[in-house]
Amino acid sequence: MTEATLPLQPGAESVERVQAQSALMRVVKYSSLRLFALFITVVIGVYLTIMIANMGGYVDDIKRGYIREQVALSIGFDPTLKDLTAEERQAYMSQRVALQEKKMGLDQPFMVRSFRYLSGALILDLGWADNMISDSGSRQVRLIILERLPATLLLFATAQFLLFFVSLFVALALSRNYGSVLDRVILALAPTSAAPSWFYGLFLILVFSALFGLFPFGGLVSAPPPDSIIHYSLSVLNHLILPVAAIVVSAIFLSIYSSRTFFLIYSSEDYVEMARAKGLSDRAIERRYILRPTLPTIVTGLALGIITLWTGSIVLETVFNWPGLGRLFYLASNIFEIPVIVGSTVIYAYLLAITVFFLDIVYALIDPRVKVGGNEGGRT
Amino acid sequence: MIAARRTLAALSKYPSAIAGLGIIVALVVFSVYTVIAIPYSEAVRMWRGGEGVWLETPRNALPSWVNLFPGVNRPETVILGPNEEVGGQSVTKTREEVSEEMTDVITTFTFDYTADTFPQEISLFLSAEFDQKRPLVSITWLTPDGREIRVADVTVEGPETVRFSQEEKLQRRLDGVNPEIGLFADPASEGEPVPLKGTYQVVAAGLVFEEETEVDARLVVYGQVYGLAGTDHRRRDLTLALMWGTPVALAFGLLAAVGSVVSTLIVAAIGVWFGGFIDAAIQRITEVNLILPVLPILIMIGTFYSRSIWVMLGVVILLGIFSSGIKGYRAIFLQVKESPYIEAAQAYGAGNFRIIFLYLIPRIIPVLVPQFVVLIPSFVFLEATLAVLNLGDPVLPTWGKVLSDARVNGALYQGHYYWVLEPAALLLVSGLGFAMVGFALDRIFNPRLREL
Repeated sequence: MTEATLPLQPGAESVERVQAQSALMRVVKYSSLRLFALFITVVIGVYLTIMIANMGGYVDDIKRGYIREQVALSIGFDPTLKDLTAEERQAYMSQRVALQEKKMGLDQPFMVRSFRYLSGALILDLGWADNMISDSGSRQVRLIILERLPATLLLFATAQFLLFFVSLFVALALSRNYGSVLDRVILALAPTSAAPSWFYGLFLILVFSALFGLFPFGGLVSAPPPDSIIHYSLSVLNHLILPVAAIVVSAIFLSIYSSRTFFLIYSSEDYVEMARAKGLSDRAIERRYILRPTLPTIVTGLALGIITLWTGSIVLETVFNWPGLGRLFYLASNIFEIPVIVGSTVIYAYLLAITVFFLDIVYALIDPRVKVGGNEGGRT
Repeated sequence: MIAARRTLAALSKYPSAIAGLGIIVALVVFSVYTVIAIPYSEAVRMWRGGEGVWLETPRNALPSWVNLFPGVNRPETVILGPNEEVGGQSVTKTREEVSEEMTDVITTFTFDYTADTFPQEISLFLSAEFDQKRPLVSITWLTPDGREIRVADVTVEGPETVRFSQEEKLQRRLDGVNPEIGLFADPASEGEPVPLKGTYQVVAAGLVFEEETEVDARLVVYGQVYGLAGTDHRRRDLTLALMWGTPVALAFGLLAAVGSVVSTLIVAAIGVWFGGFIDAAIQRITEVNLILPVLPILIMIGTFYSRSIWVMLGVVILLGIFSSGIKGYRAIFLQVKESPYIEAAQAYGAGNFRIIFLYLIPRIIPVLVPQFVVLIPSFVFLEATLAVLNLGDPVLPTWGKVLSDARVNGALYQGHYYWVLEPAALLLVSGLGFAMVGFALDRIFNPRLREL
């Protein structure tokens, strides 16, 4: 949905070089400032999430339920309270609950409370889930969410890695001999990226799982999970192929198309002609004069691609029964498991911010023009 | 007007754009037809109707056109009511007096069966009007080779449905074979049962004990194919959802694209024109908005508040206002702002908003058009994405909901491929149509791409 540029384009005025600072200092300073800015952004995002979720008093309900359960547990296990009658016990319990609610600040106005929730949500301290449990048997929302993170990361890291390098090399090859049949075919296929990854996932399942039976329909490993590490990894690999293929197919043609276009624009620059006239090899020209200036733009494209994919993953994981964050989110929204929904939204905000931050650093590393704002007087 | 004509002329040089335009025009014509042919309320009623509306359609039936493939000959649904007579099928009703107190009301259904596979189910819908004594209906099955099989005896009180597949006695009589297979199987065939082709008869003989008593019967032999698009797990005709999905998808995609693009444009123009604090604030909001997880927020809203497609549309537009597009528009506006004609407008005393809406924004429209067209399919797919996440509109039939139903009910595992492929094909075709036009427009409006 989002195309165009990230907030990492350097301003026009920052063309002058900073020579006084070493590259390392520059990157450290730049990234710490970006980190700060992104953290503020995440805080705002999470606060908005809480506002949305609490509009019907939902977060309050989470807290109240949590308190009630804690109190009930502590009363149930307290031997000195064994002899109380049911009414006395009830009265004692509501007294304790009221006390605890006051302590947690539930009697305060919402504006005050919302900031408490914010700090809790930022460290994923969202209490307990009502119906969901983690594989290790815990009902703590943080554990439930963090447990699903590795599966999502595995899927997306693999897919992004493939996508980035394959599209880079194919785009380079295409820009070398543009106008060829393959070039035209890829150009014509670029519009297929309008469809999200889950859509291609359905087709892949249909063809490779249902019709030919080559790959499993979904899941992370076969059931029961194999004992030996080697077999386990092989099984995961087997399950990984189709979802990764779905992500790659959904994004690769557009990615190749846009990289190729940039390569072509830059390869008609005067300095490239000059290098050619000097008799430099094609590889050297590509590496030094084409790849280097286009890399920032391509990294920006990559960042936007990842951001779109993160949220697209919710459906992809659901379609492939991949036990990651996306599927967790889907299941939680189906059974109205509010703490998990809020927690997943928060962690998606974190993932997006981390992605942007990571690419910011890469960006600062590959583009010497990137400077920290307010430090323009670097002329020596 | 001239600009539009020139654009069209330029577009006609790209074969993919012509194909894309053709698809878009076809989709628009189809949606107009759909909205006129099946009114909104009727579509919603039928789609939500459940089994009451779809009593006589088969479950999970393939589309009829599969029979056009060589070697495929699946049965169509045979419906024989009191006053229907089609081709080799007929219904006759006679009254025979058995004794003074008893009369036989005999309904005979005659139909030809020529398919290579067995039907899905056989049902006889019975109803009777009587004063006190309930009529007794005995059902007999006559095969083309002259065998006579007793199906069931039923006393009819209110409307009664005899589902042959649930008649245990009948199944026992057929040596444990499912009735829908056993009744049609050729006794001469060995191994896999093969249906015997020919003219079948079903006789529902109702023994009535009062003069005025009337017995009505209606026979439905559920086939394995239905209509242009087949049916789903709740016997609903998929044609309805596929047809109504078109206007919904187009409206959602178009409105979301228009809403988010236009609002983004206005915000960017205002930021650039007023500059200073407003511009800085808009830039910061955009950076926050970029990190907001859009789909999770949509899911939260769908879960907590409303799943109506129009609420979702509103939220999508709202989240799209401060989209990353602002950065790009801003760069262009900053250039336009310095143009002499803006200065001239200021000199004659034009107000801020007059300049923004009449002088700044119109300049950027050529850049906008391709982006806008490329955005439409992504919103069409967003609707499908929401539907697959069970957040589709609760009442409207859409392509996404068909896909979602298919996925949830294991269409891929059970081999109901048509159920997935039909909505997917429509989504893909409409998405491609817009994307192809958009890519061509991009090359026309950005000449630098054209040389490449």
